Amino acid sequence: MPSRPMIGYTHVTKSFGPLRAVDDLSLDIAEGEFLAIVGGSGSGKTTLLRLSNRLIEVDGGTITVEGEDVQNIDPVALRRRIGYVFQSGGLFPHLSVADNIGITPKLLGAPSAEIAARVDELIELVQLDRASHRDRLPGALSGGQRQRVGVARALAAKPRILLMDEPFGALDPLTRDALGDDYRSLHRRLGLTTVMITHDMTEAILLADRIAVMRGGQLLAQGSPAELSKSSDAYVLELLRTPRRQVERLNLLLPQGGAA
Amino acid sequence: MSLFKDPRWGEALSHLPDYLGNHVRVSLAALALGLAVSLPLAIVTRNRPAPRAILLALASIVQTVPGLALLALFYPLLLLGASLTLAWFGVSFSAFGFLPAMLALALYSMLPVLRNGITGLNGIDPALIEAAKGVGMTPRQSLLMVELPLALPVMMAGIRTAAVWVIGTATLSTPIGQTSLGNYIFAGLQTQNWVFVLFGCFASALLALAVDQLLGLIESGLRRRNRLRAGLGAIGIAALVAATLIPTMGRSSSGYVVGAKTFAEQYVLSALLRDRLQAAGLSATARSGLGSSVIFEALKAGDIDLYVDYSGTLWTNQLHRTDIKPRAELVAELKTSLAKDNITLLGELGFENAYALVMPKKRADALGIHTIADLAAHASTLSIAGDYEFFSRPEWAALQKAYGLQFSAQRQMQPDFMYAAVASGEVDVIAGYTSDGLIAKYDLVALDDPKQAIPPYDAILLLAPKRAGDKQLKAALSPLLGKIDIATMREANLRASGNDANSSPDAVAKWLWGKVGRP
Repeated sequence: MPSRPMIGYTHVTKSFGPLRAVDDLSLDIAEGEFLAIVGGSGSGKTTLLRLSNRLIEVDGGTITVEGEDVQNIDPVALRRRIGYVFQSGGLFPHLSVADNIGITPKLLGAPSAEIAARVDELIELVQLDRASHRDRLPGALSGGQRQRVGVARALAAKPRILLMDEPFGALDPLTRDALGDDYRSLHRRLGLTTVMITHDMTEAILLADRIAVMRGGQLLAQGSPAELSKSSDAYVLELLRTPRRQVERLNLLLPQGGAA
Repeated sequence: MSLFKDPRWGEALSHLPDYLGNHVRVSLAALALGLAVSLPLAIVTRNRPAPRAILLALASIVQTVPGLALLALFYPLLLLGASLTLAWFGVSFSAFGFLPAMLALALYSMLPVLRNGITGLNGIDPALIEAAKGVGMTPRQSLLMVELPLALPVMMAGIRTAAVWVIGTATLSTPIGQTSLGNYIFAGLQTQNWVFVLFGCFASALLALAVDQLLGLIESGLRRRNRLRAGLGAIGIAALVAATLIPTMGRSSSGYVVGAKTFAEQYVLSALLRDRLQAAGLSATARSGLGSSVIFEALKAGDIDLYVDYSGTLWTNQLHRTDIKPRAELVAELKTSLAKDNITLLGELGFENAYALVMPKKRADALGIHTIADLAAHASTLSIAGDYEFFSRPEWAALQKAYGLQFSAQRQMQPDFMYAAVASGEVDVIAGYTSDGLIAKYDLVALDDPKQAIPPYDAILLLAPKRAGDKQLKAALSPLLGKIDIATMREANLRASGNDANSSPDAVAKWLWGKVGRP
């Protein structure tokens, strides 16, 4: 690693009662990197994500964000400088789209004119329609639109890091594909460092630069898709088999160069 | 149809600004206090199951106490509190009327507010609380910006329930001295003025209904996140409160307050006293429907200025005496005792309103019963009815002891229904009042008390300590002393028991003054 990592986990442990959710795990995430954490439910991936912005507190080990030990940062201030996209949007149902997006700048005490301008900018950035969406309540939006608002909200305070907890999991395949692509280009354009949790290996391969595979609170393997395919771990290979099989079947079923 | 031409509707209407205004004031204050206490409690205990369970259990227990009892309990409690603050800090407060009513009603309002507050706050999707934390809210910001706004519709439903309960229960605050729409109902029941009863019931039901609908509008507005709807509801509530409170504001509450207990004779006499004071150019109002024990304490504390009590009642209840003395001696001794409390016993009105065992004359003759001693022999096959306090009064114990009375059954009844009940044979004997006009009307007889177990009950005029040296007041009242004999009072009471326009306490008081006022 040439410079200090954007997020660094060193021998991190976290238990919930007898359950070891994260077990002596070390992992560095470089600046500008798009990391996907893949694992089944109960693998500890969500815990790992939440430890970095202190939604959950560590039991042992250290976590650094931009070189600073998170234990030395006020948790509220820490969360305000890290964007977080929640599983099903996590939008506040009583606030309009604009108020949802502008919440973190508002908490930081930004002037309202500045917030309004930023909100407009973000609505455009996540490709929503300003006129028809700005003042709607989240309940009136489709799932994909809600998730776009969720991304806009996470970006509002111009964070350098974005944490995403299965952001596209609950969407239909078309929307999911479009959103993933759109986000991938945002990530590149804004120079973000992104950590995304997913249980879908295909999504991880298509979007991320690097993939970390978790099981039972431990890091089984990490690396680019190509590096992972050389792994000798049975579980990792099993995870990779699914996208491969899908590709083979798709190639079989869809005539090459067809009408699509 | 003469029902709506009855002038009592007009009389009832003339009281409306006063009764409604006071009703709204005490309900509003109680609700505000209830909210101010229960909402923070709901917030503080939302994540603490043990204190929450205890709190909800306590609130539920309060809810099971009947409203009337809860209100009545606060009066002695506050009296004690007032005497303690007087002893410790040298300041006292009135334990009468507004304060006990407000506190009891506030307590009553707590359960729905607490329960809905806690339910509302606990019902929020944990993912949203997590999201609030995730976007960088402090716990306080999360509460104010996310949790409370989301719980608001459920909380509002609780506030709505509490408001309706409080408005309904506030009608029961009349006996502890808080004017309310209950004044119609209590006065109407006691004087068989059904116009008043109906008016009071409709007025409080309408008020509760209106408040319920308006709060419902706010609630649905909050639920649908419709600002216009919620705003309209809020404006409606504000307008209703303003319309009911403004007419009574700025009205001076100074002047003399004449107290009255909860039966017709007392309503008539308090109206008579008030009229006399007004005729002498003194401003005076009547505060009626007060409980028997409340009224004496209220006089002692100066919350009311004067009222008519009965010598025997004070003799047993306040002096705790069990011996019986002749009428004049008893009054003289009572006067000396009351003077120690600075209470002036101005004098007797002239008649006696004693408890007496009463039964139909024909039945008594047939059984050969003329005295209570005769009755004792038949008592085991007979039933007796008394007013709500009679069977717990020392006079009843004295009667039982002196004559060895053992009835087959005893029942409690609304005083004005007892006479009809005994006349129709529903019960065999009643503990009636000697001054009651219904004794003659139903051809009943009051049995002699040869062992003098029941003390004399001269109607006496009492003045509050602060009025001890008030010559103007005494001069205005002196024409009444010794002027009202038993026959006149019986006739007045008989008139008051009628169910027409001439039977209102005000009308009977005027008639009574016409009879006794001539020099």
